[in-house]
Amino acid sequence: MRRALGLPPLMLLSGCSGVQAMSEGAGFGSHQFNQLMLLFLVVTGLSFLLVLAFLALAVAGRRNEAGEPRLRIWLIGWTGFILIGLLILTIASFISDRRESRQGAEQTPLKVTVSANQWWWDVTYQNDDPTRIMHTANELHLPAGQPVQIKLGSGDVIHSLWVPALAGKQDLIPGRENDIRIVPTRIGHYRGQCAEFCGLQHAHMAFDVTVESPQAFAAWYQAQLNPAREPTDPGVKAGHDWFMSHACSNCHAIQGTPANGHTGPDLTHVASRATIAAGTLPMSRGNLMGWIANPQGVKPGAHMPAVGMSPDELHAVASYLETLR
Amino acid sequence: MTASDHSEDEPRDGPELDGDELDLVLSQTWGDKPGLWGWLCTVDHKKVGKRYIVTAMIFMALGGVLALMMRLQLARPDSGLISADRYNQIFTMHGTTMMFLFAVPVMEAFGVYLVPLMVGTRAISFPRLNAFSYWLYLAGGVMLWIAFVRDVGPDIGWFAYTPLSGPAYSPGKRADFWAQMITFTEVAALAVAVELVATILKQRAPGMRLDRIPLFVWSMLVTAFMVIFSMPAVTLASSFLLSDRLVGTQFYNGTEGGSALLWQHLFWFFGHPEVYIIFLPGLGFVSAITETFCKRPIFAYPVMVAALVTTGLLAFGLWVHHMFATGLPRLGYAFFTAASMSIAVPSGVQIFCWIATIWDSRPRLEIPMWWVIGFIITFVIGGLTGVMVASVPLDLELHDTYFVVAHFHYTLIGGAVFPLLGAITYWFPKITGRMMGRPLGIAAFVLVFFGFHLTFMTMHFTGLMGMPRRVYTYPAGLGWDALNMTSTIGAFILASGVLVFVVNIIWSLRRGVPAGDNPWGAASLEWATTSPPRPYNFAHIPAVTSHTPLWEETLPVFSGLRVKERELVLTTVVDAVPDLRDPSPRPSIWPLLSALATTGMFIWSIFSPWALVWGAIPIAIAMTLWFWPKEPPEPEKEPVIE
Amino acid sequence: MSISRTFTGDLAVLPTHAFGARSLTWWGVIAYMLIEGGGFAVAGGAYFYLMSQESVWPPASYPPDLLPGALFTLIILLSEIPNTLLKKAAEAEQREQAIRWIVTLDLIGLVLLVIRGFEFAHINVRWSDNAYGSILWALLILHTIHILTDWAESVVLTALMMTEHGKEPRRFVDVSEDALYWRFVWITWLPIFALLYLVPRFV
Repeated sequence: MRRALGLPPLMLLSGCSGVQAMSEGAGFGSHQFNQLMLLFLVVTGLSFLLVLAFLALAVAGRRNEAGEPRLRIWLIGWTGFILIGLLILTIASFISDRRESRQGAEQTPLKVTVSANQWWWDVTYQNDDPTRIMHTANELHLPAGQPVQIKLGSGDVIHSLWVPALAGKQDLIPGRENDIRIVPTRIGHYRGQCAEFCGLQHAHMAFDVTVESPQAFAAWYQAQLNPAREPTDPGVKAGHDWFMSHACSNCHAIQGTPANGHTGPDLTHVASRATIAAGTLPMSRGNLMGWIANPQGVKPGAHMPAVGMSPDELHAVASYLETLR
Repeated sequence: MTASDHSEDEPRDGPELDGDELDLVLSQTWGDKPGLWGWLCTVDHKKVGKRYIVTAMIFMALGGVLALMMRLQLARPDSGLISADRYNQIFTMHGTTMMFLFAVPVMEAFGVYLVPLMVGTRAISFPRLNAFSYWLYLAGGVMLWIAFVRDVGPDIGWFAYTPLSGPAYSPGKRADFWAQMITFTEVAALAVAVELVATILKQRAPGMRLDRIPLFVWSMLVTAFMVIFSMPAVTLASSFLLSDRLVGTQFYNGTEGGSALLWQHLFWFFGHPEVYIIFLPGLGFVSAITETFCKRPIFAYPVMVAALVTTGLLAFGLWVHHMFATGLPRLGYAFFTAASMSIAVPSGVQIFCWIATIWDSRPRLEIPMWWVIGFIITFVIGGLTGVMVASVPLDLELHDTYFVVAHFHYTLIGGAVFPLLGAITYWFPKITGRMMGRPLGIAAFVLVFFGFHLTFMTMHFTGLMGMPRRVYTYPAGLGWDALNMTSTIGAFILASGVLVFVVNIIWSLRRGVPAGDNPWGAASLEWATTSPPRPYNFAHIPAVTSHTPLWEETLPVFSGLRVKERELVLTTVVDAVPDLRDPSPRPSIWPLLSALATTGMFIWSIFSPWALVWGAIPIAIAMTLWFWPKEPPEPEKEPVIE
Repeated sequence: MSISRTFTGDLAVLPTHAFGARSLTWWGVIAYMLIEGGGFAVAGGAYFYLMSQESVWPPASYPPDLLPGALFTLIILLSEIPNTLLKKAAEAEQREQAIRWIVTLDLIGLVLLVIRGFEFAHINVRWSDNAYGSILWALLILHTIHILTDWAESVVLTALMMTEHGKEPRRFVDVSEDALYWRFVWITWLPIFALLYLVPRFV
């Protein structure tokens, strides 16, 4: 009931929901946010209306001669009102904060490490069993209802990890290890974006977040652990060979192949992602080709160089990458 | 005791020397030589103040144009109008220009112009330093803008977080221009702050006890102290950044013991008081205007003063609220939430007092009062969203989104720019001798008010929909498209209102209704002299017996200051009892030459550390010649009469 | 709308110079001290912040040699004696005395600047080695700038006092305030000395 009360007014206010909107309330954190925001809106809204009413009456001149003594009493009352209001809001804020930090504390969290770089996200799913450690990039899949503890680091400048639909943000600061705990509650697709200005392509540093059932998550995780499929089709194999013998394999890693670079995103299952170039373009064959052929055209300043290739080579490599599901 | 009783034959102002005859002599003594030379050498606080105001308003226009460019780019998703690099320079320059080159300087400027007049003295306390500070401010602003025009402008945000702004990730000189501009403008601001403190504490009119000072003067006093305590932090921060970039120090380098967060602490320790430095003079404007148009002193004057002082003090205890997402200990955050919430109290109290003043009077709704009403409505909204972002759980979502952009524009434009536009309208007659036009004034207000709210109210929702700040573009389909277009339309309406305001100024300079000494019937001392004031401000030093001198039966004045020398009176700090006659410096070219020398050293030091050594020599020479007395020494015997 | 004016008193009886808080420039000097003192406090804060980032302090070298720093401290503390005498002479408007003591201080200042050079030479870390080195150099440079500017000001004042201008009563106010500022220079040295020489030895 409380949840239902919280959402509609906020959604009304924000117009509509969206994959990057806080009003989604798809995580415990964002849900707390919506509720707390409603309380703040009520208290501050009331204050504003009081001020407006007092101002309107004062300007309109509709009053008896109140005189200094009565105004002094009102001043004391107003000050008291502000103090009480602030006290309520501060306490509610503390309570909300504590609730969020306690939510799911008794559960074993999923452990992920994110290292941010200009302008992409290096994601590692941790596991006590080293053979089950999994690398991906620019995306998160999360099982609904289970908290995820994300260790945050940066390889260069300050970034900020933020999935508004799920929770608040936390900065990734070079030389510091921060962490954030998110408790996703509702299944769906959401979008996260870097929220600390990090240079030229800060605007194009997003990532996809999929919250799914624990079963679906397990299936996805298992698939991610598999190395890349060996290509059989000659056209695809041509792309694979080209990839391995040129600059691509210096920066990118594809499990099960000689490509073992860590300067750029892991591409083992790139075709299973919704977007490429850190949320810049939807995943598709055409976009893959456009991105590879001219990274600077898509994301000027990106650290991925344009590798000279003929149209045939481009087609072949794109065909190969498309098989990396 | 008359002038002729004095032992030496020096003419002094008084009943014997008064009216046009006195004006002639005093104008000679206090005036500037005509032409360019006089203009370059002037130390008249009114001329320097006007310079500051005009320059700051030009920077505001430039910053506004940058904002329009940003809004054009963001009007549609995936727009290719402006490249990423240029956009990042533009938003950096927008924030930097507005904060460092417009907002603080324009408030200082009004202080420089008005405070000596309001406290009833002939000059500001350190007139040559005042002139010097203006040239330095101008140099810093021009340097930065030349860099921007030449495509080497800073692109790191107005707040320049490390390590992005450090040597590894910002090659070239872009960030250095930014960091050194800080040094220019901070030195200028500190100089003005020192002058204001000294003027307000020592040069007040006899009888102007601390409880009779106009509230605007109180706001400038508190602001000056805030400048004194906050600006060293940013100067140090930017100097550390410059030295990291130029000579390889490791202040902000995490791998060698430095810390990226050190920058944030140093910057925000300054940065939070900075916004109150901008805001408090605006509150002073509101008090001055409200008092006049309600024809009564502001309700609960001691409470208002206490609120100003409390705000100034509390402002230093909030800075970590800019760092809630950096992962510092939660317990520390709790303190800063409480402090950030508590600053709403003095502000809320002041709002009540202004409205109470209006309530308990017959308000005249002249244009300056419209701006006051606009201020109340707008600033309160900004303050309330401030209460929201003071809460850590709310801030962790809202931080670095358009919600925050909305918040600070509500507080800065509502809390400082609206009062500023009211203040310009209010004091325009005093400064220029003419009234501003009324129809254009109304049009400007309506366009600005409506345009502002359309632009920035929308941004609250844009932020809630998840749009982060400082992005040069955004994809379609996130629900941000219509919101951004709305803000862009609003921005152009707002800009047109500002344009109308400027047109009104230009028109009124020539065609405005001539104003007398006190067209509004105000109470404070600046209205006791001509419009515009004579170079010497007051023919005779006024004294005051109340908080509202011009609403008394008569204005007491003192005689006895020498008229052939520049002389003013110093009074005691608390009770303003006349204490000393102090000479005031004559015009001099040395402030300009010293500023040029300093500019040379500052700019050179961006390229070489040796500039600090060799560049110091011309400065030392210029300053020595500045201070070296130009007049022959006064005779040993002083004309002190027992 | 001109209000009527009534003459209520005569300012001609007032003197034209006074010492201490009655003088305008005193307030300027105090404000300047607040600015510089605030700057030192912030630098000190940065020092402690950077220290908290390290487990060992100094992290990679050894502390600055104590001798130059101790010598500097000793001499600058002793300089307060001629400084006080200078201030008294100025306030008594004794020109000959004032000139004698200000020249003494100019010479002491020169000695101090030489010792300061040795302090830099024996600081035992480069500014670019690590943040510890950077902050040490920063603190020492900041204080040196103060010594230099106050010394230069003293020299100019000395010259001024020796000319005709030295007879003017206002000059004694300038000298008195210069002496006051010198106090600020050595008082602020004490915590900086502690940060540079003592803290790295005892932490």
